[in-house]
Order: sequence, then structure tokens, then C-alpha cells
Amino acid sequence: MALSGLFLIFFLLQHLTINFTSVFSPETFNELSHFMGTNFVVQAILQPVLAFGVFFHLAMGIRLELMNRKARPVKYAYSKPGANSSWVSRNMIITGITVLLFLALHFYDFWIPELKIKYVDGLMDDTTRYYPELLHKFENPVRVGLYVLSFVFLALHLLHGFQSAFQSMGARHKKYTPIIEKLGTAYAVLVPFGFIVIAIYHFVAH
Amino acid sequence: MSKLDSRIPEGPISDKWTNHKNNIRLVNPANKRLIDVIVVGTGLAGGSASATLAELGYNVKAFCYQDSPRRAHSIAAQGGINAAKNYQGDGDSTYRLFYDTVKGGDYRSREANVYRLAEVSANIIDQCVAQGVPFARDYGGLLDNRSFGGVQVSRTFYAKGQTGQQLLLGCYSAMSRQIGKGKIKMYNRHEMLDLVIVDGKARGIIARNLITGEIERHSAHAVVIASGGYGNVFFLSTNAMGSNVSAGWKVHKKGAFFANPCFTQIHPTCIPQHGDQQSKLTLMSESLRNDGRIWVPAKKEDAEAIRAGKLDPTQLKEEDRDYYLERRYPSFGNLVPRDVASRAAKERCDAGFGVGTNETGEAVYLDFSSAIMRYGQEEANVKGIHNASEAQVRALGEKVVEKKYGNLFQMYEKITADNPYKTPMKIYPAVHYTMGGVWVDYNLMTTIPGCYAIGEANFSDHGANRLGASALMQGLADGYFVLPYTIGDYLADDIRTGAISTDSPEFEAAEASVKERINFFVNNKGSKSVDYFHRRLGKVMWNKVGMARNEQGLKEAIQEIKAIREEFWKEVTVPGSADGINLELEKAGRVADFLELGELFARDALERNESCGGHFREEYQTEEGEAVRDDAGYTFASTWEFKGEPSEAVLHREELKYENIELKTRSYK
Amino acid sequence: MSAEKGLNLTLKVWRQKNSKDKGGIETYQVSNISPDSSFLEMIDILNEQLIGEGKEPVAFDHDCREGICGSCSMYINGQAHGPGRAITTCQLHMREFKDGETIYIEPWRAGAFPVIKDLMVDRSAFDRIMASGGFVSVNTSGNTQDANAIPIEKVNADMAFDAATCIGCGACVASCKNASAMLFVSAKVSQFSLLPQGQTEAKQRAINMVNQMDEEGFGNCTNTGACAVECPKEISLENIARMNREYLSASVAKE
Repeated sequence: MALSGLFLIFFLLQHLTINFTSVFSPETFNELSHFMGTNFVVQAILQPVLAFGVFFHLAMGIRLELMNRKARPVKYAYSKPGANSSWVSRNMIITGITVLLFLALHFYDFWIPELKIKYVDGLMDDTTRYYPELLHKFENPVRVGLYVLSFVFLALHLLHGFQSAFQSMGARHKKYTPIIEKLGTAYAVLVPFGFIVIAIYHFVAH
Repeated sequence: MSKLDSRIPEGPISDKWTNHKNNIRLVNPANKRLIDVIVVGTGLAGGSASATLAELGYNVKAFCYQDSPRRAHSIAAQGGINAAKNYQGDGDSTYRLFYDTVKGGDYRSREANVYRLAEVSANIIDQCVAQGVPFARDYGGLLDNRSFGGVQVSRTFYAKGQTGQQLLLGCYSAMSRQIGKGKIKMYNRHEMLDLVIVDGKARGIIARNLITGEIERHSAHAVVIASGGYGNVFFLSTNAMGSNVSAGWKVHKKGAFFANPCFTQIHPTCIPQHGDQQSKLTLMSESLRNDGRIWVPAKKEDAEAIRAGKLDPTQLKEEDRDYYLERRYPSFGNLVPRDVASRAAKERCDAGFGVGTNETGEAVYLDFSSAIMRYGQEEANVKGIHNASEAQVRALGEKVVEKKYGNLFQMYEKITADNPYKTPMKIYPAVHYTMGGVWVDYNLMTTIPGCYAIGEANFSDHGANRLGASALMQGLADGYFVLPYTIGDYLADDIRTGAISTDSPEFEAAEASVKERINFFVNNKGSKSVDYFHRRLGKVMWNKVGMARNEQGLKEAIQEIKAIREEFWKEVTVPGSADGINLELEKAGRVADFLELGELFARDALERNESCGGHFREEYQTEEGEAVRDDAGYTFASTWEFKGEPSEAVLHREELKYENIELKTRSYK
Repeated sequence: MSAEKGLNLTLKVWRQKNSKDKGGIETYQVSNISPDSSFLEMIDILNEQLIGEGKEPVAFDHDCREGICGSCSMYINGQAHGPGRAITTCQLHMREFKDGETIYIEPWRAGAFPVIKDLMVDRSAFDRIMASGGFVSVNTSGNTQDANAIPIEKVNADMAFDAATCIGCGACVASCKNASAMLFVSAKVSQFSLLPQGQTEAKQRAINMVNQMDEEGFGNCTNTGACAVECPKEISLENIARMNREYLSASVAKE
């Protein structure tokens, strides 16, 4: 869980960086998108690794949840979990599944059209289509709304996930753990916020 | 008298144990595998014995009534464990530990046993450290020591206020290792209900599975009783709720002599009773007396005002306080032995100077303010703060005290809702430990061949009063280093015996009598709960057989206990059935035994016409209220043989010979 | 301090005859409870009352009643050992409750801790985990080197002690949404791996104990931190991280 989580955290940062270029430079965005979409290493090696990472994280997450539910067959009649732990830490499965649902939307919006354009329509070499496609996606207020909401859930997921990954791998230190925790909170807030900014910016500006 | 052979080896005291070990018989490793040993109780004594016996190769069956051996009441010991390591270089030695223990016990213990205890004490520390017991250390990485009552050296090793816990977990770890290997078969939630004797030898026990209610027969070549003390005869004590005398009492009824039942330790520093709903008392470690000063108001009117809640003790001026231990015992001060400190507290409270909120005003102060200021000043000096304000010094001092006693202070605050850093603690004596127990010889064997008693369950090492931090020492010494040697001497005869059958008529008879008693309890249509009788017994014990005893009170107590016992057998009610968990049924059996022991206890106190250690007879005291021992008449262990009723028990005397220590009036002045 | 007025309370208590019985919540009333009483003394009073009515008293585990044996184990008003921090059930006092309050009392809930009667559960899984590796493999013969032969850095000795204070009550399991026993297991693994005496077998110990823990059916750790908050001895999550470290490095290095 932890390892794949950290990998996805790293991926997310990279994703945000590229997306963010769309805010100030459509050209850079097009360039980078084209690189990512056509580069052999990215497509043939990194992309499958990412897909595996997502799938592994998802499968292990669900397996973990099922095992953990089995570990307490009879529930408490009255339990007050809020007294000793945060909602986000206890509900990774909910925030995680929400993010998964977003991924479905993302596939429908991005992945499937991408494949169609590249391999069916044969527009592999079109280097300027990415930015207009992006703008098109953020025209619909419902979609922007869903997008924003998903990233709020991603933020919740990361709020626990970031530092939890370090704990699970045994990386804990009196001096550094507080820093990791702060970093995690900053990451969990800033990265999804960045995605949200992009969506709202394009929705409002165009 | 013939039965009481203490089997003390010949020779000079410092060679006795070595010579004995060299001369007793051994069982070879291959034969050990053919021999079963039952150990009842898994505290420090039983746990360490089980682990070591299993490691030597014996097949051990260990029993405890708790759900895990780790919960035995040794776990609650707080302050520390003594050992004559002399790491502090303050003049400690085996002899001095031996001397202090004999003197502390008011010259009523067996010299040879005590010397052996002192001798093996150093091994215990080595052993525990090797097992990963995290004793307190200083900044150099070496072991730290502190001082306890009744001695003038620092020989107590500790792990904050949880030494007993750490030592017990060490034993439990060692046991776990053997359980994993299958060398110890652990019977959790099992209670021994009888001893089985075949051909005059202890050959097994009858136990009840406390979960299923089944009555089980277990056989072995030897039975070791390590079931702790019987302080709960007083109902309120610092013992665990389940602590009981039953295992010891059953072997007593089967022929083992019971020694010095009246030697009971009342611990001076316990949290006072809050009221009638109280179920047990909580001890505050004696280590607190290292730094806490004990006092009551010097004027009665101040004590009355405090009791009425009109006066805050911190407002009382220094000259209006009576630091009575420092006043009466200038050389030992607050660190006098427990019996002395307890009696002094009772004396002050009886005289009307107590500060407790209950109707009797039973409490005295244990005050840390001077220690806080002293440590604070030291810290300020270390930190180079030259003109520290009082508040600054206090804050620094509180930090130091917190480091030393933090968990105890926290515990106190949780129970009383008072902050002991700001206002002095209130304490009062409570029943804590029983020096008396099943009589054993030098090999720790009772008068029944093959039946051993170790730890608090036996009587041997502490005489009439135990020094602080010596109980842990004795439990582990018996279990790790004494019994595993001495038991071989007996078992050497059993290498060809083979497995003991549980089908013999002796097992059948024992099982039948156990079942009969259980059936009686669950079928008796009484009207009063077990606790009702236990509380009544406790009141009689505390009022008449407690800290101070007199002839008339003891005679009354004997009659009253007998009456309670008779009523118990008529009127007790035990709801539920015998199949399955029934906590009331468990309690009923234990209280039934306490009701017999209580009477013998009072009788023993009545027969001993002297004051010694924890046994204080009001008739035998000096004008200043100090105990008066009668060495000519009572230098012996009172050893009782069961004859049906406690009133018919026969007294045997084991004369105690003092060849290495001169009998002196114990003085801590 | 003194109790002018006792508390009147409604208790909702889990009653279950034995491990096979389905069990359910029963409601009882107790009155005039002194605020200075401990929670268990309040249950004693309830039990005396039940015995007086000819009913079976509530079965519950308890022994030392001073917070160290780890026997007591009640889930009170939705929390292991009830409200309050760093305490066991026996250290909980009635002054924490208000007159007229309703109190829910349940046993620990975990598949690995089956209820055996009322509020009593079977925690022998902990013993089996201990038997799988919770020790230093040294003989108890006494022929060891002098206790001061290996100096131990005070910081490590203190950390080992803090981990060793675990009382094995199971509040960590009871509080964890996953019924995970990581805090319990890691406390023991940590204690020994922090001391030179225990280091020799540190890796194998971590593997053995974790495997046994999994076998017993405890859940996995998802780092919610509930265990450490509810732990009566305030065992730190640091121990879990240390065990994870030992376990990971042992798994990687394993042949």
C-alpha cells in the first residue's frame, strides 16, 4: 500500500506540473503533453508501470478493507471512534473509491478519446490539439463541479495517506517525522488545490 | 516435632549453599524428560520456576487463575528489587544484605535461608538484564540504584515505579519461550482445588477449568505451590481481587504445616479508604519515602480544621508540623521499616492528629515540597541560574520529581483527584504482604514429600517483617536459582516411576470431595452474597487482628470468625451453575478458605505473647510505644498442623538458631 | 472529595451466557453511586444488586485494580477503558460521569478475542504471539555475564522501558477499526530490539511475531493512531514504525 501510494504521490506531482503549464503557457502544455503522449519510454514503460501502480494500490486497498472488516465480525453497539482518530484515517476506502470513480470519469474523458485519436483517427502527430481539448473539457459546469469534488476527496485521501505511507515503511524519526507530517499536509492541500485551480481558471477564463 | 526437619546444611553460613549444591543428588538430562512437575501460580516465583524447570528438561504443567501468566499479582510491585551488587560502592555486601534482612525481619527468620537469598541476589540482576528487563540506568549507561526502608545503602534496582511488572514480564517471556517449545503446558484460567497425595507423596492436583467448569485431574512427580500471599483475608488489601490462600490452604489441610500465619505486613504508604463502596486499596511505592516527608499537624485543632476542610495543609507553618518519624527515629527518619512506619501513623491518627476525610480521620501527609525545592535548587545550580525565583526553583524541582515518580503521582491523582505536586499526598497503612505461609525446609519442600512452596506462599525468609524490595528478590531467587537445584534431590528417586496415573482411588476421592463442595455452593439456597461474608471477616481481621492486637480482641476475633464461618455455610448464595464461568463460585471457594485461615491467624497471634515485626501486641510495648520482643520465649517459627478445625490445629515449634547474627533489640533511632 | 450526592445511572450492559450464545444488551439501573468509587466498584454494586434479586451477576475480567495487570477490559460509552486517557477501566472513576447518564458497557470486539461470557473475552492470542518470539533466547541458569558488562545508552534503555510497560490489555485491538494488534506486538519487538541483549534475534523475532499475529486473525494497521490514543500506558506509534522497519529489512534480507 505504502509503496504504491508513494509512487502515485510522485506521479501526481508530475501530472500537476504539466497540467499547470496550461494556465500560463498553452504552448508548453502542448509540447509536454505531446511528449508524454508519444514518447516511447513514457508510453511503453512508465505508463504500464503507472497502470500497475494504480491497479495494485486499488486491489490491495480493497483486499485490506475486506480483511480488516473480517477481523471484527461483531460490531460495537455504541462506538465513538471520533474520540481517538480522524475521520480521514478511518475512511480511506471511501475517499479512495471516490477517487476511483473520478478515474472512471477521467478514462471516459481522456484515456478512451486519446486512444481513438491516436490510433483510430491516426492523428498521432498533431502537436497542438491538447490545449483546446483541455479547454473543451472544462466548459461544462457539472463536470467542473465533479472534478473539484473529486479533488477534495483526493485531498482527504492524501491527508492521511502521505504520512501513513512513511509510517508503514518504518520511516519515523523524532526530528524528521514532524517535518514529513507537515509536508504531507501541505502536499495534500496544495496538489489537489492546484488541480482545482486549473479547472476553475479555465472554466472562468474561457 | 519429628516432622519439622529444616535440613539446614552443616558448615559455616557462607559455605552452606555451595556445599549443599555440591552434595545434593542430580537428575540427568535424559531422565528429566521423564518427569512432570506441576507449578501452581505464575507470579515471579512460579513463573521463574516454571521457566527454569522446563529449561532443565522437566515437563512442566503451569496453572494460573488469570487469563494469562502475565497478569499474576507480582506485576503490581512497584519500587524495586534488592541485590547485594555494591555497584554504588557504599559498603554493601552479601553479609550486609543478609544482616539487614534478618534484622528487618525482627529476628524471626531462618538464618541459612536468608543468607542464601542474599547470596543469589546478585545473580538475579544479571539474569534479568540478560533477558531484556529494562532496569533504570544512569547517563553512563550503567544500572541505577535507590534506597529503601530499613537499610543504609542503595541496593535497590528499579524500573521506574513498575519494577514488578518488568520482572514478571521477564519471567513471562522466559515461560513463553518454553511454552512455544512445548516444555511448559500452560493451564490459564484454571484453579487448583485440591492436592492429591499417593503413597504419602504429592502426586497431582485437582483443578477446575474456570471457563468450562470441568473438574480436571492432573498428575506429576512433584507439585510446587507458588500462589502468593493471603492478605485478602482482610478483604481490603493491596492484593489483587483474585489473590487467595486456597492453594496453600489445601496443601495445609492435606498435611503441610502452616507457619506464622499472623506475620502480616501492613504497608505504611497506601491511598486512604474513600468509603464503604471500596473494593481494594492502592499502594504507593515505598520508594516515595526516599524523598517524601511524613507529617501530621502538631496541634490537634489544626488537624481538626484540616479534616473539616477549613484549613489548607500547605498553609501550615513549618513549626506547626510534626514530622513524627524524623522526630522519633532520627537515624532512619522517613526510611524506617514498614512495620515501624505503619504503627507510628496509626499512633498519630489514634491520638487525634490524623488528616483523613473519613470519620476516623485515618490519613497522614507524605509531603514532597522540600524535595521539590531541594532538587529545584540543584537543577538551578546545574543550569547556572544563580538568582532563581522560588517559582522557578519549584518548577524545576517538580520536573525532577516527575522524572523519578511521575507514574506514581499520576496514579495518585487519578484515584483521588488531588494534585500531589501542589498539595501533600494523603496516605494510610494497608495490608500488603504476608510473611507467614506454608512451612518449608531448606530445600523449600513442605512437610508433604514432593510438595514445595516458593515465593510469598512460603514462610521462610522474611521473619516477622519484610524489608522493601525483598519480595521480588525472594520470588525470583526461589524460582530461578533455588528450587531448580533442590527439587532434583527429591526427583532423583523418581526417574523410574514413569507417568503417574490419574485413575487411582486417591485422585477419585479428591475429585469427589471437590465436586461435592462445588455442588453445595451452587445448590445452597442462602440469602447472602459471598462478598457480604468476606467484608465481615475483613472488618474483624482489621479491627482485632490488624496493626495492633491484644489478648481480648484476639479471643473475640476467634469467636466472631467462627460464627461468620458457620453462618457462611448456611446462608451463602451462589447464583448460576457450576458448568461454565461462575465468578461467584470461584470467590465462594476462596472465602471459605479465608474463613478458616482467619481463625488460625488470630490464634497464632494470640499464642505469640510478644511484639515482633508486623505482629504488635499492645501488652508488649515500651512506654514509648516500641515493640518488646521476647527472645527467650519466642525465638521460633510457629508451625501449625491441621487437625480438622482451626481451633484444633496443633502447634509445632521450629527453633531459630542465630549463630551469625547476635539477637538485638531492633532500633532505628 | 467527599460525596454529598450519589449518582443515579442507567447501564446498558452486554450479556452473553457463553461463547456460543448470541448475547444482547440488557438495561439496569444503579443508584447512589459515590463519585469517588471506581468504575469497577460501581459494577460490584450492580452485581450485589443482581445477586440480591437472584440473578446472575455480570462477569468481567479484573484483578489488580490498580491499572497494571491488564485484566480489565470494558468498552465504555464507545471507547476502550471509557473516557479519559492513560487509564484502564479500573482506574476510571465515577466522577467522570454525570448524574442521570446512560452508560454503554460492552466487551472488546475482535475476531481474535472471542467473548466467553458477558464482558469477558479470550485474549490467549496474545500469549501465542508471545510464545512465537516474545523473548530473548537466554537460559535462566544465572550463568550470565555481569549486569553492568554492557552499558546501555540511557535514551535506549528508557525507550525500551516505555515499550515494555505494555500491560497486554488489548485496548489497542479493541479501539482499532481493523482490530489490529500491531501496537501490542510492536511494543515487545521494540523493547528487545532497542537493547543489545535482544538485538541478536531482532529480525527473526519480528517475522515470527508478525506471522503469528496474522495467523490469529487480527486486522492490519492502517495508521489511524486510535490504539496509541487509547493505550492505558501510552505506548507510542513509534514502536509500530520500528517493527515495520525490522520486518521490512528482515523480509528483504531473508534467504
